[in-house]
Amino acid sequence: MGKARTIARRTFLVGSVAVTGGVAFSVWRVNTPFANPLLGDLKDGEAAITPFIKIDGSGVTLITPRADKGQGAYSIQTYLLAEELDVDPLKVKTSVGKPAKAYTNFALGEEIMPGRGHILGKLMPMQMTGGSSTVPDMYVRLRRAGAAARETLKEAAAKLHNLSADKLKTENGHVILPSGEKIAYGALAETAAKINPVKNVKLRDPSEWKFLGRDIQRTDIVAKSTGTQDYGIDMEMEGLVYATVRANPGIGGGVKSFDASDATKMRGVHKIMPVAHGVAVIADNSWRAFKAAEAINIEWEPGPYPPTSAQMWKILEKNLVPGSKAIKNRKDGNVDAALKSGDVIEAQYRVPYLAHAPLEPMNATVLITDERVDIWTGTQIPDFVQKHAVKMTGHKAKDVFVHVLPMGGSFGRRLEDTYVLQTLEIANSMRGTPVKMTWTREEDFSHDYVRPMALSRGRGTVKDGKVEAFDLDIVCQSIAKSQFVRLMGSAPPIPDTSITQGGDDQPYSIPNYRVTGYKAPEMAPVSSWRSVGASHNGFHHECFLDELIDAAGADPLKERIRLLQNDPLSVKVLEEVGRMSGWTGHKLGNGRGRGVAFTLSFGVRTAEIIEVVNTEAGIIIEKVWGAAEVGKVLDPINFEAQFSGGIVFALGHAMNCELTYEDYYPKQTNYYAYEGLKLYQTPDIQVKGLENGDQIKGMGEPGVPPAAPALANAIFAATGHRIRQLPLYKAIDFV
Amino acid sequence: MTKLIVNGIERTLDVEEDMPLLWALRDELKIHGPKYGCGIAFCGACTVHIDGEAVRSCQMPVGDVDGEITTIEGLGSPEAPHAVQAAWIEHQVAQCGYCQAGQIMQAASFLRQNSDPDDAAIDDAMSANLCRCGTYPRIRAAVKTAAKKLGGS
Ligand code: FES
Ligand code: FES
Repeated sequence: MGKARTIARRTFLVGSVAVTGGVAFSVWRVNTPFANPLLGDLKDGEAAITPFIKIDGSGVTLITPRADKGQGAYSIQTYLLAEELDVDPLKVKTSVGKPAKAYTNFALGEEIMPGRGHILGKLMPMQMTGGSSTVPDMYVRLRRAGAAARETLKEAAAKLHNLSADKLKTENGHVILPSGEKIAYGALAETAAKINPVKNVKLRDPSEWKFLGRDIQRTDIVAKSTGTQDYGIDMEMEGLVYATVRANPGIGGGVKSFDASDATKMRGVHKIMPVAHGVAVIADNSWRAFKAAEAINIEWEPGPYPPTSAQMWKILEKNLVPGSKAIKNRKDGNVDAALKSGDVIEAQYRVPYLAHAPLEPMNATVLITDERVDIWTGTQIPDFVQKHAVKMTGHKAKDVFVHVLPMGGSFGRRLEDTYVLQTLEIANSMRGTPVKMTWTREEDFSHDYVRPMALSRGRGTVKDGKVEAFDLDIVCQSIAKSQFVRLMGSAPPIPDTSITQGGDDQPYSIPNYRVTGYKAPEMAPVSSWRSVGASHNGFHHECFLDELIDAAGADPLKERIRLLQNDPLSVKVLEEVGRMSGWTGHKLGNGRGRGVAFTLSFGVRTAEIIEVVNTEAGIIIEKVWGAAEVGKVLDPINFEAQFSGGIVFALGHAMNCELTYEDYYPKQTNYYAYEGLKLYQTPDIQVKGLENGDQIKGMGEPGVPPAAPALANAIFAATGHRIRQLPLYKAIDFV
Repeated sequence: MTKLIVNGIERTLDVEEDMPLLWALRDELKIHGPKYGCGIAFCGACTVHIDGEAVRSCQMPVGDVDGEITTIEGLGSPEAPHAVQAAWIEHQVAQCGYCQAGQIMQAASFLRQNSDPDDAAIDDAMSANLCRCGTYPRIRAAVKTAAKKLGGS
C-alpha cells in the first residue's frame, strides 16, 4: 500500500498542453499488495484513478484486462465500469492495459484450487483469461473501481466549487453541479490528482442499474459487422515482413535436416532460418511465405510420444486399473458392497482428442530493438508471454510490451504461446524489423495442444426403480502437467482436478457413489479446451447415469431431480428445463426421443434437454432447451449467445470431430476433416438463466458439457441405440 | 502488372497470376476485411463479391478475376451500414466476429438473387460458411430481417 500511495501523491510535471497534471489513485483494493500498473506510465495530463480507469483532458479510458476471444469480455468489463462511473459505454475509450499483478485473475485461481483461489492468485499472479472467470472475478472489482472514481471526481468538483460532494450528481461523463452546470470528467483530472481518493464507496443497488441486467449492445458489435474490427492477424506497420513456420508435427520433436534450396529462390523470400523444432520462412507476403515453406524438404525427428491413436488407446486401457494410481475420489456410501448385492450394469465410454481450431489461425507480430520488445497478439496469458520474451531476448520485463489484440476465437487455444515464441525467435534474429508470423490452417491443426482423449468405465446397480450404486473410473492425461510445464517450467503443487472435473464434483446424492480418476502418462501434449475436464466427464457421467436410470425403468428427468434433492439450486434448474420443454417423458414414439443431461461446471448448474427424430436419412436434432443457474444475468443478450453458442460448439464436436494420430500427428489438418455443426443442422435452441443463487457466474463454458450426453441420450430414446463413443457419426448418420 | 477494381477504386499490383485474391487484398492492398480461415474454400471467411457474386477469395487466383471486387469494407460502413450489416448489428450476431465478414458477404449476395427466401433456402445458402463460435441461430434471424428490409425497398 505504502508504495502506491507515495506514487499517488507525487506531483506531476505541468506540460505545455491545456490540461495538465495527473492523478493516480490506488483505491481499488485497499489491501492489495499489487501496485497500480498505470502509475508508471502516465503522461502529462493523465490520471489513473484505479488500475482500471485512466482520465486525461480528452476523457476517460477504461482498462479491460480480460482478453476478448469472442465471448464479449471487453463489452461486459466496459459495462461493469460504466454502470458506476456514469459514462457512455458505447462512446468511452477502452484499452486492455498491460500485464500487471493488479489484474490477477482471482476467480480462476479459485477454479484451479477450490477454496484457496486467493492464495494461488497471490503466489502465482496470473493475468489469465479462462475458466469462465471474467464475470465472477470482475463483477465487484470493476463496479467498485467505477464507483471510487466517480466519488473521487465528485470530491474534486466539490473542492473546485466550494460545495459539498453530496450535493453533486454524475451523468454521462460529467459531474453535475446543483446549478445544472456540467463539468467533464477530463477537466477534473488535475484536481483529482491532489486529493485523497474516496475509498468507502457504496455500490448501487441492482434496481438502480441502467445497463446491467438489461438488453445492451455489445461494444464491438458495429465493428464486427462492418469489417472494421482488427484482429491480431490484421497487424500492419511500416517495414513489416511476413513469416510462417513449419515445426515438427510430432510436437516436441526436432529437425533432423532440411533442404531449402528451392524455397530460397522463390519470389519474395527474404530469409529461411531454423527455429525451435522447425524452420521459418520470412517473405514479403504471407502466401509467398506459405508456398516457400511448403517447398522446404524437412526430415523430422520422431515425436516424443506414441505415434498412433491405436497405441494411445492401449495406454489408456492399461491405466484403467483400480489401485494405487487413483488420483481423486468421490466416495459416498459403500459402493463395493452395493455392487456385490445386485446385477451389475457395466459400460465403457470413449472420447477422442479434439482441436480448438478457432477460425483465426495462430499469429503474432513482434518488433525487437535493442531498447524494447513489442508483441502484438491475441493471447489469454499476457504475463507468461512477457516472461518468456524476457527469457529469450534478455530485455528487462519493463521493456517488454505485450499488446493484447482481439481474437478470432480461442476456446482455450490461446492459453499457450508457442506461436509467439517462434515469432520472437525470428524477430530477435532481425532486430529493427517488425515480423508478422502466421500459421497456415494445416500448421494450426497439427500443432494444437489438444483436448485429451479419455476412457471411462461405469459400473452400477439399480433397486426398486431407483439408482442404487454408481461407480465411474476415468483415465485421462493430466492437463495441468502438460500445460503448466510449458508455461512455467513445472506444474503447480496442487492436485490435477481436471481429470475428474465435471465427474466427481456433481451434486447428486446417490446412495453409493464413487468417481475415481487415473492419470495416464503423457502422450500428445494436451491443454485446456472449452470447459476443460467437464467437456469429457460430463459425457461419461451423464451417459452412464442415463443407462442406470433406464435400467431402473425411471424417467430420466424425474430420477435426476430425485437424486439432486439435496441441492435445491440444481433441482430448480432441472425443473425449469423440464417446464421449458413441456416434458412428458423421453421416448416419444415414431423415432422421436428426448435426452437429458446435467453438469455442474465452473460453479454453474446447467441442464439441457435435446429432442431428435430418426428419419430415413438419419438423425435430425430438432430442439434444444437449456437452463443454467448463474446468480445474475448481467448481459442477457450475450448470455444467450454464450449459452447457445456453447451448445452449437459442443454438438458439432460430439457429432463429427476427432483427431486421430498417425506418424505422431493428427490426420485431420483442415476443417473438411473436422467439421463442426453447419447452419442447416442447427436446431432451435432456447436457453434461460436462473437467478436463485447468490454467486455470480460466467457462461462461456458451462453450456458445453451437457450437450454431448443429452444428444447421445436422446438418440437412445429415439432409436434404442446406446452410443458410447464420440464422435457419434461413426455409429449413426446425421442429416 | 495486374489491375483490379476493388470497392470502386482501380488498383495496380505486381503479383503472380496465381496469387490467391485473398492474399493480394490482405498483404498487398492492406484490405483486411476478408479473412484467412482455411485457405481451401471450405470456411467462407474470405468471401468477397466479384460483380455481386459471392466468391471464396482464397481459391480465386488474381489472374482469373474478371469483374469488380467488393469486400466487406465496400459493402457499407459503420456510419452507413448495408441492410445486411444493419440486421447483423440489430441481432448482435457476432461473437469473435472473425467469420462474420464472410457470412455477411455471403448473405448480401444471396439476398440479391433471392429477396424472399424461405428457411430452406437460407439454410442452403448459408451452410457453407463456418462459424466456430456457433452464431448460426442469429445468422438465420438476421438474414430474415435483412430480407424484409431489402424486400421492402
Ligand atoms: S479462407 Fe477461403 S474459404 Fe476459408
Ligand atoms: S463469430 Fe467467431 S467464428 Fe463466427
